[in-house]
Amino acid sequence: MIHPAVDGFALGVYRGARFFQRFVTEVFLPPYHFRELVAQCYEVGVRSLPLVTVTGFITGIVFTKQSRPSLAAFGATSWLPSLITIALVGSLAPLITALICAGKLGSNIGAELGSMKVTEQIEAMEVSGINPFKYLVVTRTLATTLMVPALMLYCILVGLLGSYLNVHGNEATSVAAFLKGGFSNIHFLDIFSSVVKCFVFGFTIGMIACYKGFNASSGTMGVGRAANASVVLSMFVIFIEEVLIVQIITWIRGF
Amino acid sequence: MSPPVPAVPAVPAVPVPAGPVISIRGLKKAFGDREILRGVDLDVSAAENVVVLGRSGTGKSVLIKLLVGLLTPDAGVATVLGQDVHALKPAALDALRRRIGFSFQNSALYDSMSVAQNLAFPLTMSAHGVSAAEVRDRVADALEAVGLAHAIGQMPSELSGGQRKRVGIARTLILRPEIMLYDEPTAGLDPVTSTEINELINQVQQAYHTTSIIITHDLTCARSTGQRVAMLLDGQVSRVGTFDEVFASDDPRIASFYAYNFTNSEHA
Repeated sequence: MIHPAVDGFALGVYRGARFFQRFVTEVFLPPYHFRELVAQCYEVGVRSLPLVTVTGFITGIVFTKQSRPSLAAFGATSWLPSLITIALVGSLAPLITALICAGKLGSNIGAELGSMKVTEQIEAMEVSGINPFKYLVVTRTLATTLMVPALMLYCILVGLLGSYLNVHGNEATSVAAFLKGGFSNIHFLDIFSSVVKCFVFGFTIGMIACYKGFNASSGTMGVGRAANASVVLSMFVIFIEEVLIVQIITWIRGF
Repeated sequence: MSPPVPAVPAVPAVPVPAGPVISIRGLKKAFGDREILRGVDLDVSAAENVVVLGRSGTGKSVLIKLLVGLLTPDAGVATVLGQDVHALKPAALDALRRRIGFSFQNSALYDSMSVAQNLAFPLTMSAHGVSAAEVRDRVADALEAVGLAHAIGQMPSELSGGQRKRVGIARTLILRPEIMLYDEPTAGLDPVTSTEINELINQVQQAYHTTSIIITHDLTCARSTGQRVAMLLDGQVSRVGTFDEVFASDDPRIASFYAYNFTNSEHA
């Protein structure tokens, strides 16, 4: 006899896999809703800018401020730009951006699609001969997949700006010297791997939020549950992916 | 008070196939252990309004959702406009759905879009090569037909229940459907608004020559809109005929349905 919890988990994984399979099939088939994709990219990208700006900027300042005493003990404060840049590019910016987006976009998309599901708006699309999966799920998932890497690059920029202000306040370093020091130990693979990581994170956020919203039930309670589950599950999966991708990148660096 | 509903402008009748436009044979549907439909048989002829009556939870809405392929039956065949709905490939099913108008119980208007956008959406998504001017004209015509021309720029949240129903009907009319399926069109409406919706259903049928199935438990709606009435009891169509023929039955379940829904309100 299978325990109901195991049964439920297995069923959830199976349904999730079927949802993913449907996405892979539908994303390449016409019609393509470019206008909706652009609108969603605006929603996902532009409307997340203020949150990413504040978080990235504060992270840059605080991380620099807290790293200073440790490096000062060895007379190595000149390494601050390099340390901050490596930390931001390699791990901080991708993770911060992904977690912010999981919270903001996951709840947004989960609640929006969940609400459309329980008020029969998705069924209304279906009976009008419109494929709601293509119109709602494909566009939103593509938008998060494309915009999270862009937001991550922007997060690196504002993080470096925050860090620079702190460094400049203490050592009167020029922007050119800060950037030269910062990027002296950064290679193309570092930035490339972070961008790839963010593509994966963005896809995860979009896919999970759309799956939860698209399968919401039980009225308003179901909408709340879909929004909540989107955020929690996205964050959980992002951390697992982070560990796996770091392992893969380390393995690639070995060659 | 809502403005009077103007007469719906007539559109030319399209040739209809011989035989029933909708044919349902032995349709069964269960959710888990609960059998909802236990072998429904029903034929609906061209340009006919058929009302499916039944108590709440008897599977009336399930029946019309099966007809548009939103649900899959456990057994039986639903043939709409000569096509077996559940044997169609997705593209063919979408094409068939565009020939069917579905008015939802809660209207199911897209709440992030204005009334005009709600109406234009199925048209712009389904019909390629329709110019912006034509979309504007058809939106205006459809809203005019349901007496809500003034609501074109409003959001669904700003509309009353009756107005939302009418916009929902207008949204289905914009694709010029051959079949209309109404799910509880008068549920939750006051008697005056219900009467207006009943009149609108009849006007739509006359102007668009639609074949309609109206799902309801409202006997006033059934009497004023249905040329025939099908009584759904215990998951099967137990009786079909005119309103008076159906309620002339000795079946105590039908008699109690009439007494509860109609006689009481007449004497109230």
